[in-house]
Amino acid sequence: MSASKDSIGRTLTVAVLLCVVCSVVVSAAAVLLKPKQIANKNLDRQTNILAAAGIATDGKDVQALFDELIEKRFVDLRTGKYTTVADPARYDASKAAKEADTGIKLSREDDIASIKVQAKVMPVYLVKSDAPQGFDKMILPVHGYGLWSTLYGFLALESDLNTVVGLGFYSHAETPGLGGEVDNPNWKALWPGKQVYHEGSMEPSLSLIKGSVDNASANAKYQVDGLSGATLTSRGVTNLVHFWMGENGYAPFLSNLKAGGA
Amino acid sequence: MSQVKDVLIGPIFNNNPIGLQILGICSALAVTSNLGTACVMALAVTVVTAFSNMFISIIRNQIPGSIRIICQMAIIASLVIVVDQILKAYAYEISKQLSVFVGLIITNCIVMGRAEAFAMKNPPGISFLDGIGNGLGYGVVLLFVGFIRELFGAGKLFGVEVLPLITDGGWYQANGLLLLPPSAFFIIGMFIWLIRTFKKDQVEAPEFELAKNSQKEAA
Repeated sequence: MSASKDSIGRTLTVAVLLCVVCSVVVSAAAVLLKPKQIANKNLDRQTNILAAAGIATDGKDVQALFDELIEKRFVDLRTGKYTTVADPARYDASKAAKEADTGIKLSREDDIASIKVQAKVMPVYLVKSDAPQGFDKMILPVHGYGLWSTLYGFLALESDLNTVVGLGFYSHAETPGLGGEVDNPNWKALWPGKQVYHEGSMEPSLSLIKGSVDNASANAKYQVDGLSGATLTSRGVTNLVHFWMGENGYAPFLSNLKAGGA
Repeated sequence: MSQVKDVLIGPIFNNNPIGLQILGICSALAVTSNLGTACVMALAVTVVTAFSNMFISIIRNQIPGSIRIICQMAIIASLVIVVDQILKAYAYEISKQLSVFVGLIITNCIVMGRAEAFAMKNPPGISFLDGIGNGLGYGVVLLFVGFIRELFGAGKLFGVEVLPLITDGGWYQANGLLLLPPSAFFIIGMFIWLIRTFKKDQVEAPEFELAKNSQKEAA
């Protein structure tokens, strides 16, 4: 270690040069790879939307399939009507939820899914069809708190807006093997055909129960098996279904649609 | 030639970063619940250790002693961010599973440890190989732990079913503990025990003598 190497001037020069080189490398990587990363994120989301609607994507071009089958629209949750947003491709509901003018702070009683804030406007995804109501299936983004983490997913409904087509989560951090079983295909297969609302009501009934559903009971179509060993995750899933299908969620929108238009 | 072999193969069993140096345990607990993430993590750490060793070694004679750790950190952090960005762009599914742990390679003691202990004193070529060797040593432990955890915890290997689970109509009752991070402690402990059974020279001298705990034993 020579004296010159440890002089103040030398130390500063080395530090500055090293920082410049490193920052150039890091920013170059970030900028060059950005488009590819955004494409990946979109693809992941689209795959999950198609999966919730029960559309197989194996080996197909997800992007093309999505563009062909799915239409994205926006809904104002409070009025329950379709609306438009300034930049549909870039609208981010979780960002909008945090802003004062585009989000709503939920009161403690209303906030059964423990999400604290929600966006006024949510994207919904329609499986296109020639039927008079204009869609075949309705795919609704949902999220809520489980045991450790917020579960993000999609709930798809048939055109009667009551029968479940499928439920899938694309992001969560529940305990693998217990709460993480929300990803188990066998469990997800229990959902199709279940009913969200009782006849004539807009109060969501669909719940997870402890143990297995007794298929002979009258309520069987409003119940799904709970996840064994994951009471709190099961409760979280019930809560998030109740919240998003309830009056603070999509219920006004769904009843408008049922009444003839939104 | 023998030095190259030493540097490259040595860390796998003789001087394993986890087994003997006891570095990098934290990430070994977190990313080993299945083999896929363990593999990618091992690869990422190998790449980062190798290149950070090389770059640090190239400028080792320029780095002032007073800020050497900061300089090492700057290089390591830049490399980790680049690796993280590449994973996000080309292996999105896996980067989602690894989540914060790629970023935490920065704090992986193996990377810092090798930079300070080896790269600061040796030329670039051999430092690069030392990085690869230590990455491999880390990888071997990760794969060993990942293999046991995924096989007995989820009945799968690389996501392919090996032992059919009861929940899927098979016969195997999965051991849930193995999917949780603490189980890796036991497995790493057993791995170290195993190595030291065969390589007696790694056994440290006891720091103190255990007292006899009964009259009979004393007699």
